[in-house]
Amino acid sequence: MISNLTTGERRGALLILLVMTLVGLFFAAAGRGDPIAVHGALIMVAAIALAFPIMARLYDPEPPAERFDTYYDDPSKVGIILTFVWAAFAMFVGDWVAWLLVEPTWTTSGAWSSFGRIRPVHTTGVIFGFGGNGLIATSFYVMQRTSRVRLPDQLSPWFVLIGYNLFCVLAVTGYMLGITQSKEYAEPEWYADLWLVIVWVVYFILYMRTLARREEPHIYVANWYYMAFILVVAMLHIVNNLAVPVSFLSAKSFSLFSGVQDALTEWWYGHNAVAFFLTAGFLGMMYYYLPIRAGRPIFSYRMSIISFWGITFMYMWVGSHHLHHTALPQWVQTLGMTFSLVLIVPSWASAANALLTLNGAWHKVRDDATLRFMMIAAVFYGLTTFEGSFMAIRSVNALSHYTDWTVGHVHAGALGWVAMITFGALYASIPWLWKRERMYSPALVEVHFWLALSGTAIYVFALWNAGIIQGLMWRTYTENGNLAYTFLDSVVAMRPYYIARAIGGLLFLLGALAGCLNLYLTIRYAAPATDTASLKPLRDELNDAATLPAE
Amino acid sequence: MFKLHYRLERRAIGMTLGIIAAASIGGFVEIAPLFTIHQTVEAAPDMRVYTPLELAGRNIYIREGCYACHSQMIRTLRDEVERYGHYSLAVESKYDHPMLWGSKRTGPDIARLGGKYSDEWHVRHLLNPRDVVPVSIMPAYGWLMENDLRTDDLSDQLTAQRVVGVPYTPDMIRNAADDAYGQANPDSSRAKGVKTRYGEETNIRSFAGAPGRLTEMDALVAYLQILGHLTDAASRDTVAKDLE
Ligand code: HEC
Ligand code: HEM
Repeated sequence: MISNLTTGERRGALLILLVMTLVGLFFAAAGRGDPIAVHGALIMVAAIALAFPIMARLYDPEPPAERFDTYYDDPSKVGIILTFVWAAFAMFVGDWVAWLLVEPTWTTSGAWSSFGRIRPVHTTGVIFGFGGNGLIATSFYVMQRTSRVRLPDQLSPWFVLIGYNLFCVLAVTGYMLGITQSKEYAEPEWYADLWLVIVWVVYFILYMRTLARREEPHIYVANWYYMAFILVVAMLHIVNNLAVPVSFLSAKSFSLFSGVQDALTEWWYGHNAVAFFLTAGFLGMMYYYLPIRAGRPIFSYRMSIISFWGITFMYMWVGSHHLHHTALPQWVQTLGMTFSLVLIVPSWASAANALLTLNGAWHKVRDDATLRFMMIAAVFYGLTTFEGSFMAIRSVNALSHYTDWTVGHVHAGALGWVAMITFGALYASIPWLWKRERMYSPALVEVHFWLALSGTAIYVFALWNAGIIQGLMWRTYTENGNLAYTFLDSVVAMRPYYIARAIGGLLFLLGALAGCLNLYLTIRYAAPATDTASLKPLRDELNDAATLPAE
Repeated sequence: MFKLHYRLERRAIGMTLGIIAAASIGGFVEIAPLFTIHQTVEAAPDMRVYTPLELAGRNIYIREGCYACHSQMIRTLRDEVERYGHYSLAVESKYDHPMLWGSKRTGPDIARLGGKYSDEWHVRHLLNPRDVVPVSIMPAYGWLMENDLRTDDLSDQLTAQRVVGVPYTPDMIRNAADDAYGQANPDSSRAKGVKTRYGEETNIRSFAGAPGRLTEMDALVAYLQILGHLTDAASRDTVAKDLE
């Protein structure tokens, strides 16, 4: 892999790593006594560890010029492996957290493993580690194919991928060390946030440079979504994370906003993290992989346009539905609710577009678990967006808010939509990228599919019940007009559902582990592809048929 | 319209600008007014800031992720007001950078927890919740009693708080570490300044019951005991009755 880099790129990489080593060293030495020193040391060690293999090959010959005839896929390959690693790690932590709500003593006595510290390890690990790596790996893949051009250079994709993973590692190790801003889905502290901004700018520039060199007049739909994902996440991240550090050698910072303004900023961010990270990015994935795998062009180009702009415009209004009946001014709550209801239109346009694309390919859905992953993802996308609009209604939200119903809703989307579309896309890409005939074991993909589907169903049903019971217990009155239940009664009532959820989660985790095994076997042992067409990817006919605009 | 789009999607810059424009409007319309409309936050001239010890306790609350299970936002619903007290007012979290309203109630709301239990109860509960509430699923926090509270950065913390708008005075900033120690050690000479700086009502006592030491437990319990008591705006508020 390293010998595929040009000598200039190898030197550039070393220079970046040198700067990082020095920055790490500075924080490690000057920040002694503060947790930031641990992160300084971590950055330094990581940079040095990466520098060694590069130095060993610094004087290797230049890579052959034929490379310009092919796509540059090494970062996508590594990204896919990282996606599986994060899936296994973060879903394991998710299930651990789930069991802790059943049996709070199933942990160590160390502070690092207490519920409040590892819960964000789970959420960050799945959203940013698993989801983010999946998005980056597939976006490199998709942007090259749909633009019919190789990435403009070989260094910046590595910078994006490795830099992003460094961010994720800083985030999750930080929580265990007690470094957190407490803002949901924006927990990492100021220095990690700044680092992500740098990585993200490089990512966006890379995307624009690739598009600028494209051989296709049109930018394919999938890229609109990936672009919206990159751009809007940058906006959200910067505004929500504005904070003043206690000092430049302290990990701690205080948010610029307070109270009600902070709450709305946080949920403007939080909900749009769902919209632009967990929705737009994965819609990009869906718009590329689903038509290709089904071998059919996307059902309606116009529906994609309506859906895309609808989602981009409307999502940004709905964050306040997380703050119904709170101290937030009522007009903002009402605006949030109204837009949440209208949002069902563009959301369902995309879900329907996906399912209608499968018309005429249903026999493939039946036989091919990879395509079935994508199909079920589209179904769950439709279900979850419907449920979300429903829960945004003030009176419904009065019941559902603060309860496990929300967590059930989140996981209908997270497991049913995000994870399923990702696994589908990865199972499609892996044989293409490693030039294999197919995944080593299609049966194992099948097993993964059924574990994932049954795990999701158990998880979601358990928490629907849990949440509604909880909400009702909190508001039930006796005939004399007293509250019928204590809070503790509701805690006790949750136990069976928490057990069911943890079992559902375990099934889902086992599925992901089956995926890891299959990935390993495919890379290691699967038969190489005989079809040479896939070896000349710059002219990929399958790709042509499916991704050209329909009119 | 679709023709127009057919042209737009040939331009990466055009798409970029379109996305930025479409995505900016919503947030701008909703968030910007909150900073200017003064009705957003009620006036509460009596409101005091957190003492350094309480602020340190709040940081521990954040560090341990208590917010993942506890909300601090009582909604304007009858059952919530009867269970937890007057619904939360915007002003009550005016000095909360960041706010800790929370989104999940695995445990109860604690916006008005202050004074509900004794310090000893809190200490026992935090050391092992099941000692006092046998069916509890809350984690145990044994290390809070073992760890001495870090105070060397408290002055910097107050300075940073001042930068984001919390009215700490230079006097408070200078004495932050001493005030933290004094608030939990009423017999020490450092206890005297606390009331002059933070008001007569400030709790000054050995929260964790380990005099001569200043532990993380002292800080966290001091914070829990002030929840809902930085201002009495809520008890003065008479509109509490007209709920839906
Ligand atoms: C896993 C979720 C969870 C976490 C994390 C958690 N708690 Fe709790 N908490 C509970 C539950 C459940 C109860 C109700 C049972 C009980 O009283 O122990 C509770 C009760 C409480 C109570 C009593 C409230 C009342 O009005 O009776 C206090 C105080 C409290 N928690 C403080 C904390 C603090 C401080 C932290 C962080 C150091 C914390 N909790 C972390 C779940 C949690
Ligand atoms: C093995 C599968 C999984 C299990 C067992 C699991 C379990 C959990 C648990 C126990 C919680 C804490 C709930 C609480 O505090 O009551 C949680 C929260 C969360 N999880 Fe998962 N999870 C899994 C997969 C995922 C995936 C794949 C994603 C996203 C891609 C995800 C996203 C989230 C989010 C966003 C939250 C926060 C929810 C909220 O605050 O409302 N999870 N998960």
